[in-house]
Formats: sequence, C-alpha cells, structure tokens
Amino acid sequence: MANLLMRIFRGSPKEPGTFAEFEVPVEEGMVVLDALHWIQAHAAPDLAVRWNCKAAKCGSCSAEVNGRPSLTCKTRLSDFDPDEPMTVEPMRAFPLVRDLVTDVSWNYEINRSIPPFQPPPDTPVEDWRWQQEDIERVQEYRKCIECFLCQDVCHVLRNHEVERPFMGPRFLVRAAGLEMHPIDTADRTGYLKDDGGIGFCNITKCCTEVCPEHIKITDNAIIPLKERVADRYYDPIQMFWRKIRGAGDSS
Amino acid sequence: MISAPDRHPHDVLVIGAGGAGLRAAIEAAALGASVGLVCKSLLGKAHTVMAEGGVAAALGHVDDRDSWQTHFRDTMVGGKMLNNVRMAQLHALEAPARVRELEAWGAVFDRTRDGRILQRPFGGHSHPRLAHVGDRTGLEMIRTLQDRAVAMGIAVYMEHTITHLTTNPGGVTGAFGYRRLDGDPVVFPAKAILLATGGIGKAYEVTSNSWEYSADGQALALRAGAELIDMEFVQFHPTGMVWPPGVRGLLVTEAVRGEGGILRNSDGERFMWKYLPEDRRHEYAATDEEARTWVEASSDSRQTDARRPPELSTRDNVSRAIYTEVREGRGSAHGGVFLDISYLPADHVRRKLPSMYEQFKELAGVDITAGPMEVGPTTHYAMGGIRVDAETGSTTVPGLFAAGEVAGGMHGANRLGGNSLSDLLVFGQRAGAGAAARAASIADDPYMNPVQIRAAEQELEAPLVRTGGTDPYRLREQLQATMQSLVGIFRTASDLKDAIARIGDIRHLAADLCVPGGRAFNPGWNLVFELRNLVDISDAIARSALVREESRGAHSRIDFPATEKAWVDRNVVVRRDGETLVVGTSPIPPMPRDLRKLAEAGGGA
Repeated sequence: MANLLMRIFRGSPKEPGTFAEFEVPVEEGMVVLDALHWIQAHAAPDLAVRWNCKAAKCGSCSAEVNGRPSLTCKTRLSDFDPDEPMTVEPMRAFPLVRDLVTDVSWNYEINRSIPPFQPPPDTPVEDWRWQQEDIERVQEYRKCIECFLCQDVCHVLRNHEVERPFMGPRFLVRAAGLEMHPIDTADRTGYLKDDGGIGFCNITKCCTEVCPEHIKITDNAIIPLKERVADRYYDPIQMFWRKIRGAGDSS
Repeated sequence: MISAPDRHPHDVLVIGAGGAGLRAAIEAAALGASVGLVCKSLLGKAHTVMAEGGVAAALGHVDDRDSWQTHFRDTMVGGKMLNNVRMAQLHALEAPARVRELEAWGAVFDRTRDGRILQRPFGGHSHPRLAHVGDRTGLEMIRTLQDRAVAMGIAVYMEHTITHLTTNPGGVTGAFGYRRLDGDPVVFPAKAILLATGGIGKAYEVTSNSWEYSADGQALALRAGAELIDMEFVQFHPTGMVWPPGVRGLLVTEAVRGEGGILRNSDGERFMWKYLPEDRRHEYAATDEEARTWVEASSDSRQTDARRPPELSTRDNVSRAIYTEVREGRGSAHGGVFLDISYLPADHVRRKLPSMYEQFKELAGVDITAGPMEVGPTTHYAMGGIRVDAETGSTTVPGLFAAGEVAGGMHGANRLGGNSLSDLLVFGQRAGAGAAARAASIADDPYMNPVQIRAAEQELEAPLVRTGGTDPYRLREQLQATMQSLVGIFRTASDLKDAIARIGDIRHLAADLCVPGGRAFNPGWNLVFELRNLVDISDAIARSALVREESRGAHSRIDFPATEKAWVDRNVVVRRDGETLVVGTSPIPPMPRDLRKLAEAGGGA
C-alpha cells in the first residue's frame, strides 16, 4: 500500500517546536496511533506519545489530528485523503511536556475540588432499589473515559477567556453524575456557580461534537445543571420564598 | 544527577493503581496509614479500565440458588484444583460484600427488574453471577475506586516508574524509580510495599494488554528475593480481534458469549459441541434448542432449567478449540473463527454490548448486529505470580505485599472470567490491611541504603550514554516472537528448551541497550527498564512450563497431553539466585475435608 506523509509536532518548553516529517507505510485498517508507533519503532524512538489501551477505553492518546481533537487510537487513516500530508499536534489547551504529550494535571486538581459522592448515612446497601430507567442518564455521564478532548476544544478553556476558574465540560459531566445519582445527598449548586464557573459555558456544543463516548455533554449534563443553578439563584419566586422564610441558600 | 533525588516517605507504598492497588490504598489509608500510590500512567488509565464483562460475586440476584459454595466450586473446577484453596474460599465468601461496598461508594451497576444489581452469565460459572455495567464494568470500578481514593486524600504519584526495591536483612525499605515527565529519579522510603502492577502480556506478540503490562512487579519481587509460583499458566483469552492488523489481540469480551454469542468455523459448524470435556458435558446444553432456550431466559433475566451453551466452556478449553479449528484449516480469512450475536435483536445487542458494538464499527468497519465478528486467541492474563499468604497478601519477603494479577495462587491453572475483578477487590482489601498492620508494627523510619540508590541511579543513566548498543524496540520484538511461537497455547519440551536458549541470548543483549534522546518522556529509554523485566519473567514462564510435565488448564503440553494426579498437589516455584533463576516444585498442603467435598461436588446446579 501507499505511504502517508505525516507531519508530527516535536518540541518541548525548552526547545522551539518544529514539525518533523515521516513517510509511514499504510496497512489496511491502520489508525493514527499505529502510525505513531511505527515512527517510534523505525525512525524516532524518543517520540513522546501518551497511550494505554489502544481500544478507545482509557482516553490517554488524545491529540489534534489535522487540527481536530481526536483519540489517535480510533482515528483511521483511511478516513483522510492519502495524498495530503497529515498533521498531528498535542492538545493545545494544556501546557506542553514534550512532542505529543501535555501536562493534564490541572484536570486532576479540578476533579479533587468537586464535593464527593455522599450517600445517606442510614440506609444499608442491601436495601437500595433503583430501576434501570432511573439510572440510565447517570450511566451516560459515567461512560466518560477522561480523554479531556472536551476540555481541549472548549473555547473558554482553550483561549483562557476568563480569569475566574471554569471547571470545563468533563467536570460538569462528573458533577452531573453525582448530582443526579439516585441516592446522593450532597448539594453542589453553590460549588457549580462559584468555584465551577458554570455560567461561563455558553452552550456552543463543541464539547459534545468531539466526545468519543457520544455523551450529550451540553444537552444532558450542562443544561440541566445550569437549570438547577438558575432555579436556586436566579428564580424570582424562589428568591421571594427564601426571603419570607429567611432560609438563605438552604431552602 | 548531582542533587539528591526527591524523597516521598510513606508508611505504605502501593505500586500500581488499577483495581487492586486502589482498593489496597483505600484500605491502608482507612486504617490510618500514610499511603503513597504510584502508577506508570495517569490515574484511572490502568488496565482495569479495559475489563468489560463484569465482577463475579454470588449475590444470587438473578438465580437465588447461587451461593459462595457454588462460586468456590466453580473457581476450583475452572482452576483444575490447583488454586490456593484458602484464597478461592475467601474470594467466594467476600466478593459480595466488596461489590456492595462499591455501590456505597457511588458505582451504578445495571439493575434487575426488582431494582437490584443485575448479574450476567459467564464461562464456567454455574449461575448468572457477574455484576456489570453494560460491557464497561472495569471503567465503572476504577472510576469509583479512584474517586474514593481522591476523596480520602491519598497521595498519588502519576507517571512514575519504579525500577528497584531497596532491602536490608529485615525486609524491604523503600522503592526507587523515575518520573516519566522529566526522567528525574525519585525515592520512596516505606515501611511496607504493596505490589499491584498487573500482568505480563507484553511478553507476547498478540495480547489484549497495554504497554504497561511488562511484568514489573513480578520482576521487582524476584530481585528482592520473593518467590513466584505457577508461572507456566498464562491465559490465552479465546476471543481477541484478529483484524485489522493494528488491533490484533484487542479483547472481545466474554460477555458476547455470555449474552448468547455462537462460535462457528468457516464451514458454518458450531464447533464447541466437539470440544466439551466429557466429565463436564452434563453441565452444558445438549442441543441448539436447549442453548437457545437458555439464551432467551438469560436475555430476559429469568431463571431457567435449560443448561448453558457450549461456548461458555472455560477459557483454556475454548482457546484450544479455536486454535485447533484454525490449524486444521477451518479458520476465517484472517486466521480466526466467527463469533455471531447478530441473531438477537439489534437493540438488545447494542444495549448489552455497547462498547463492543462501537469497537467493531469504529476499528474494523463491522456491524456486530448484522453479521459475525472474526476472533482468535490473545494473551490475556497471568494466573501465576508472586507467592502470597491468602489472609494478608504478604510475600516471602518481610514487608513486601502483593495483590491482584501480580499475585499467584487464586486462579490455579485457569481463571474464570469475572473472577479477576472480584480478586482485585477481595485481595486488594486484604493486602492493604496486611501492609498497614506491618507498617504500624515498625517504629523506626525505614533506612534506604545509599549504595543501593546510587547503583539504581547509575543504571538509569547507562543506556543514554552508551554508544553502539542494541535497540530496545528490536529486542522486544525478538522476545515477543520467541514467546509467541515457542511458549504459546501448545507447548513441547524441545520448543521450550529452544525458547530458554533464545531468551538467554536476549538477556545478554538487554544488558547492553542504547537509546537516543534525553530523559524527559522518552519512550525508548522507558522501554529499557520494562524490557529487563519482560526478559526475567519470560524466562520464568518458559522454565516453569518445561518443569510441569503434564497438561492442566491453560498449560497444554503436546508431549504430555494428560492431566496427571501426581501434579495436582504441586506448584512450580521460581526464585532468583544471583543472576540465575532457580526453578523447583513445592507441595500444596492437602485441602481441608469440608472444602474438598465442596470442590469435588458433582454436576452443575
């Protein structure tokens, strides 16, 4: 089969970035990650690539393929024009480590700040009964493989449009999974509004488009959470009710 | 290199953050230990994330005839009676509590009609027993444990590789490794060290395992003086993808067969009927109709008296069957056989097997609701591993513990599907408690010998400054080709001797590796240290396989095809003496009478 010309970003914070070109022999069914492994084994043993399962289940191998945030393990070479060079770059929203690897530790910090799962203290586990239809939405959120492609594509994070923190689509999905868990008792609306900066999302749905797990991030996670926050903080009837009851935020 | 490495002292250092490592870390922290958790990848990416079918526990939600006794029996039968009997018993007894605990920590399993945790059938299990979330159970499990560990404030060292354990005459004193992002050395003084590093799949060409599975824990333990047992038992999962080439070996979950998937050869024959072992045939359906009745009841989560389809035989047996069909010329175009679930309603298949549906659609261009998949055996799991005490996970080296795939004994000669996730939870918890107790019993801070640290640092530097050595990628290919062709599903003495000689040559070359580039996230340099582990453990597998002169479970000797009574009460044991491996056998104590009665109870339920 034909060779494909690949232009791979190489560099680190210490050295200026360049695009190195490699001619990669293409086999049937090959994905971008296969091509990167071929380059490591034959031309550039020190090419930095982060990957694990190679089955779109772990979300490690995220990069930008011809400018589009993608999992390199499920992006097939046959979906591209073989006569055009293919460009592979690291995710742009995160600081560069080397070549295609970025420092995604910020995501882990945000995750740690989310108030954790809080079951009721008095119910023994054996007694929990949930119907399948009641948990289907929560299971959709929990499909997330933490590839951070949604964080990468989100223009609020990518362009650093805001000074205040914005947790990003991945962690709005996680928060939604906790908020709508059938037995969770914690209240995260204050967190979502202030620490999470949910108001900064202006529902352009770019995150939904790149999600390899097809989670309807905007429609099914972010908008329902925005509604919860709006009901709590901006609904005039609720505000009035709180005023006469004098119950503050905890009504 | 001039400045001293970063130091992170802990009571308990857990190496590996898959299911076992996370569960162990949670337990040790809950008991008050200061815990450090080291992993080669980012948190949440460990191999557990790829587990698909489910976690085995005799909850009895779908069939109330299930019990720990039946789970114990199934495990022993599946393991061909070579299992550590106490581990098999503890596992069956404690798995239900460990699964319920996950739910209390936020896991959301699929439900039965009456709202309880749903369970699916799997190979070798007498009843529907696997709690699951579609076919992404491992993701649910690792995310739940990860969230729990993070909420407890456990210190996590992501993308760190441990290359050495330091010891003194009293046992382990700490671990040495490097940070992958910049390559800088790091030391972890610890009162107890718990290995939870998973398996050895990267010793083979065709494997369902990721790059992380380079036998690190087994090799670290050997070098620290611990014993390995049962290393000859490598599980070849019957159903890996065979095409396209880039995904060769990628796992096709046993849940496909659990949900009713039928295996056929290129003649369209349902060949598994031919391969059921005679002494177990009564546990399986007698006809296509009975198998179909079972599938319909099972799709509906109904109890049934129909017996399970022949495809749900144990993994060792199904792998041999597929291998034999292909070798005898009845394989598919790409050297596999056909696995078909498309006779069931498309909606049902997509709901029960969503990630398989995606995987085949995205990676192979195949719609599994419309036609069959092509599948063949793939290296999947190491039954053997570090010898541990069933109650506490302690190894033969004081202060060193092990849990999960890296530990041996629980699964005997062949592991049942679903018993791995439950193993991680049950023995992760026990080893975590064992390590915390050991740490609490030691008053003094551990002293890591600077001579050992210095030697470890020099080893890190060597491949970067050496000129004219061997390329690690080429050498790994040689090792994998050797293991694949000579230490695979069917083995002979002459192949194994040949393999041992070739591994010896590879070992010489591995001492002289050379890589370009620096230390910062350099996969070629990282591979040097993984390759060394793979060489040690490949050697241990081949030598153990040569010693066991019989066929049992996953270990099939063409020159010794019978399962021998004389071998049922013996483990093959490997330890290290200087630079050489010493292989011998050790007797297994007789089974307590009540457990023997259970294990040998006839018939399916």
